[in-house]
Amino acid sequence: MIKDVFGLIYAGEENHNLRELVLARSVAALPIGGRYRAIDFPLSNIVNSGIRNVGIITQKNYQSLMDHVGSGKEWDLSRKTDGLFMLPPFDNADNTGITRGMSDAIKGNMSYIKRTSQPFCLLMGASNIYTTTYNHMLKKHVENKADITMLYNVEKREVDDGGASRDLRLYTDEDGWVTEMDYNFKYSNSNKISMDVFLIHKSLLEYLVDRSVAHGHYDFISDAITKNVRNLRILALEHKGYVGRLDSMNAYYQLNMDMLRDEVQKDLFYTGNPIYTKIKDEAPVKYGVNASVKNSLLANGCVIDGEVEDSMLFRGVHVGKGTRIKGCIIMQESDIDDNCTLEHVIADKNCHIRKDRHLAGDLSYPSIIRKGSVI
Amino acid sequence: MINKKKCIAMLLAGGQGARLGVLTKTRAKPAVPYGGKYKIIDFPLSNCTNSGIDTVGVLTQYQPLELNSYISTGAPWDLDSNTGGVFILPPYVKKGRSEWYSGTANAIHQNSFFIDKFNPDYLLVLSGDHIYKMDYNAMLKFHIQTEADATIAVIEVPMEDAPRYGIMNTDETLRVTEFDEKPEKPKSNLASMGIYIFNWQKAKKYLQEDSEDKNSSSDFGKDIIPKMLGNSEMIFAYRFKGYWKDVGTIQSLWDANMELLEHSELNLHDPAWKIFSRNPNQPPHYVGSDAEIKSSLVSEGCQIYGTVEHCVLFPEVTIAKGAYVKDSIIMQNTVVEANSEITRAIIDEDVVVGSGCRIGGEEKITVIGQGVKVKNNTTIEEGEAIEPDSVCILNQCVEDSEVHV
Repeated sequence: MIKDVFGLIYAGEENHNLRELVLARSVAALPIGGRYRAIDFPLSNIVNSGIRNVGIITQKNYQSLMDHVGSGKEWDLSRKTDGLFMLPPFDNADNTGITRGMSDAIKGNMSYIKRTSQPFCLLMGASNIYTTTYNHMLKKHVENKADITMLYNVEKREVDDGGASRDLRLYTDEDGWVTEMDYNFKYSNSNKISMDVFLIHKSLLEYLVDRSVAHGHYDFISDAITKNVRNLRILALEHKGYVGRLDSMNAYYQLNMDMLRDEVQKDLFYTGNPIYTKIKDEAPVKYGVNASVKNSLLANGCVIDGEVEDSMLFRGVHVGKGTRIKGCIIMQESDIDDNCTLEHVIADKNCHIRKDRHLAGDLSYPSIIRKGSVI
Repeated sequence: MINKKKCIAMLLAGGQGARLGVLTKTRAKPAVPYGGKYKIIDFPLSNCTNSGIDTVGVLTQYQPLELNSYISTGAPWDLDSNTGGVFILPPYVKKGRSEWYSGTANAIHQNSFFIDKFNPDYLLVLSGDHIYKMDYNAMLKFHIQTEADATIAVIEVPMEDAPRYGIMNTDETLRVTEFDEKPEKPKSNLASMGIYIFNWQKAKKYLQEDSEDKNSSSDFGKDIIPKMLGNSEMIFAYRFKGYWKDVGTIQSLWDANMELLEHSELNLHDPAWKIFSRNPNQPPHYVGSDAEIKSSLVSEGCQIYGTVEHCVLFPEVTIAKGAYVKDSIIMQNTVVEANSEITRAIIDEDVVVGSGCRIGGEEKITVIGQGVKVKNNTTIEEGEAIEPDSVCILNQCVEDSEVHV
């Protein structure tokens, strides 16, 4: 059953709504949840389902992603047969290095897809954060003889005015068959939002991609899927747990803040399916005499002697005496010296905030400090 | 033939650590948890990796299961290598005879053939009982420079403690002139750390002779070193400065953990000399809105809703709302439910402390063994040691099998 499925993660997505955070990294490599990168979630979900062959399609800025995923050892994907395949751009007739969309990227990597011994492809993006296994999806797919099976969750999601939303909204009949889809549409009245994961037979995938690209359409979802809603049997299954979507700075901030909530932690981290990530061998967090921490998540390696509230601290963050941090996301190895106040700040990796500095953003527009800044 | 190695390590990890009581009922001393995420053996193993020693034989004997599964392929210490790696070496049945490791030297002797496979110039002998960070490569350099036959790492101890150690008396060049095992009137305060470097061919000869000596206890400190000194072999003392701790008793284990909460000489946060360990793959720890944590170490996967003061918490520990934990060490996956109070205790892995319990007191250290279930509103007096897998109801603890619900 699940041995007949291989995973294909499209990590080539660009999203400038994520501002400075994606200057030097792809969305898939975004640090989230104190010790993870976005790709840890799809990758762990795949592995926890029992799938042992995974390709990751990358585009630009994939150095930090490669560094993170490595040989796939942490996900148990460093295997003799199958395992992990990084699929960066390369130059040949079908793949010119720069792809014009997901279909184009899939077409460029058709040699990998053809070579896999598994007939079913589980195709997904890397910017949706949830924890599940895909076994039920395959079961329903086969039982119902679907062409494509996809996951969605029901959520009232505000579309911000920048037109940032790239939500694919679904309309289904009572049996779960998709009847209509809205893409990028502001005034949709469906609350069923696609989770950007599709189970599809690889011969159909190849056909859809070929046809679409031949017509000069390079996006997979808007060109190959939405246009074929009436020609394909598309089954949609609901995911009841939490789903975070990394499609804007606000969504990024909100996802990290949501992780402070008990029910979200249960949905993401304590389902019995662990989320794997690169191990850094950091010591436990050291709390000093003056530490006061409330409603926060702290990864190993931190040294805390100040006040931290409603915040997410990544590995190896130092918080000095007399410093107050509230509503912040502080990434790996950042040092905040004594007597600072930080409110609604996202500090990227390796920042150094010298003593007595006061920085504040707003809940609706967190202030971002670029990687490696010294303030 | 495997490539020749300059130096390989043999790590003695068969010690029972009997004085650790309930903590070593089901595990060997090197597998005892320490410092919020480590086991004692992580220290010598990480020292090897950080010193560039990539071949380590681990000699196990007492309760090896936890240790074997913990070390496994050696991947957490980067010791899963093609040309070296970590090798678990338990005693085994040989043609016509079978024997346990009767002493530290005997354990090495029984594995001579293993060491010979690597044909090393030097053999580093380590014990899996101590907490310290040490560059073995610096010691090896010293050994080569002094053209020694054997080098023993020593640390200065307070003169009044010297009678508890094996003491090296040296000349001004640090050549060992005399070895006093636990002397009543010590002449020096240089204590042996149980870390030796030998010229392997020389050591092999002495180990062979020792194995033929029926009266020998086959111990490096008691037999091999004195015999080598008797033959005027070149033995040097290598001075080590820094943190070094034998955590052989409940008190010293507790002290060593509590020292980490002060400005300890042992810096676990130093990126240049990381201590590697098998990671449990848990999310960051969560601190609730009503939680208070001061002067403590807290590891990944913990969920803290109560008050934690001056404690070391291992991964996946839950401290419920209203619970108060002070001066204690709480090991992996233990749950302390609401309104319980724990003072000066060492609580082993997988323990459940129900709500409204009182455990320990200000004076003596209380120890709760692995998997113990403490039912609601139970009091456990200070200084008690509860056997693994017991069930404590009201003020009585019984072995699990005796409970009929």
